[in-house]
Amino acid sequence: MADSSATPASGKTFGVTIEKLSKSFDGVPVLKNVSLEVKPGEIFVIMGPSGSGKSVLLKHIAGLEQPTSGRVFIGEFDASDPATRDKVHLALVFQAGALFNSMTVYDNLALYPREHRLCSEAGIRERVMHALQILSLEKSAGQYPGELSGGMKKRVAIARALVMEPQLLLYDEPTSELDPVMSATITEIIATLREQTAVTTIVVSHDRDLAIAIADHMAILMDGRIRAVGTAADFKSPADPAIANFLSPTIDLKNPRFKQLENDYE
Amino acid sequence: MKQLYGILENIGSTLVMGARAIRYINTLPRQFPRFVEQCYLIGYTTMPIVTILCFFIGSVLALETGYSMSETFGAKQFIGTLVGLTMVRELAPVMVAILVTGRVGSAITAELASMKVYQEVDALVTMNIPPERMLVMPRMAAVAVMMPVLTIIGDLCGWYGGALVCKYTAAISVEPEAYFAALKRYMQMSDVWHGLAKAEVFGSAVVLVCCSIGLNTRGGPREIGSAVTKAVVVSLILILVLDYFVTKILI
Repeated sequence: MADSSATPASGKTFGVTIEKLSKSFDGVPVLKNVSLEVKPGEIFVIMGPSGSGKSVLLKHIAGLEQPTSGRVFIGEFDASDPATRDKVHLALVFQAGALFNSMTVYDNLALYPREHRLCSEAGIRERVMHALQILSLEKSAGQYPGELSGGMKKRVAIARALVMEPQLLLYDEPTSELDPVMSATITEIIATLREQTAVTTIVVSHDRDLAIAIADHMAILMDGRIRAVGTAADFKSPADPAIANFLSPTIDLKNPRFKQLENDYE
Repeated sequence: MKQLYGILENIGSTLVMGARAIRYINTLPRQFPRFVEQCYLIGYTTMPIVTILCFFIGSVLALETGYSMSETFGAKQFIGTLVGLTMVRELAPVMVAILVTGRVGSAITAELASMKVYQEVDALVTMNIPPERMLVMPRMAAVAVMMPVLTIIGDLCGWYGGALVCKYTAAISVEPEAYFAALKRYMQMSDVWHGLAKAEVFGSAVVLVCCSIGLNTRGGPREIGSAVTKAVVVSLILILVLDYFVTKILI
């Protein structure tokens, strides 16, 4: 986070409305009647245990999955309609980065402006180097993704999203598989980027510290259903025992959790 | 019934993908480096094996027919015609298509399947870059250009392989002049077009199938391997099935 100057957002930023969204894979329900409202410009964190459907929900917002029933709107546009991507600049930071392994870091970032012919090669260079500078990655421009550490890959993925000047920025587990210091760094980057660009940010995570630190609003997704929605403050000491157990699990060696895993969140 | 439905669905989605890719043909000038890279991979890297294989196919064809015809008075003078027509109309396009499947089709499927499994294709979609435009169209354009080139190289190698065998096999002993005169006498330009049309159809089918299977891969590394096997098997079957129907139409 070397630079304090803002990467300009493309003017308008969009809210997201999810209406009674359900999704099944081969008859197995993953999302069950999920409804949520994300206001323009806010950071909304969706938390939940592994396998609760968080990433599937995020893919619906990104238009990568078609709902079994229900709808997702970005502003007034239907997220499942491919034409929406022409109207909304949406960027998704994938859990594993999803960087193009056959391209250098620079070319990964330059791909979007090149393909959409947003500016000249000199303009692209300026835009890419600015994004790399914000994420302190200038020295890695010539490296290939395979040569980077996990934390650097995540930062490159965020830089690639920044180059797109998104109006809606989605993060899928941005702090997973990172050490605590790098997790804190990524959390700070997410918050600072929103501050600088006012972009609507949706973060899917099971990192409690991240959620409490940066969320304007957050939701808990359990077993494909929304269990609770509220501000970060509402989740500091939740009344619901299942949520409290998820957010602050205690380690009980005498009565280990794996023996009662099936009923863990009931 | 469910399997049949699945096969029809796959054929449909492959054709739709091909149609979408063709729609982006106007982006070819700005994707020129990608197109050249694919031409290199499809054309240049396949050329050595096409050369060797077609040379020996022409040689074997001349050897087999030469021995058979050597016992019939006057039949030897038609070896050039037989080798020439067989190579041009049938063997060169089919062999080139089979080699492109093994050498390039498998690599295309492996690359695209890997991109799909590691979410690079999803990343393209979220960046509003259609995979058909960036990943399929340059390959289709490259195969359309390189298949005729490879087929002509295959034809020439087959002819010269046959000519060499005819000259240096004592039992046959047909001079190259006589061999090529016979080849020219009975071969028409339409025979060459016939072979090139076949090559175009086979090449397009192979690239479409390999791209489609690659881009529809789900799972992990094991599924990438399975996708490659499936793409090669389906392509080989398709080449032979299409060979019959295209021949039927062109003949």
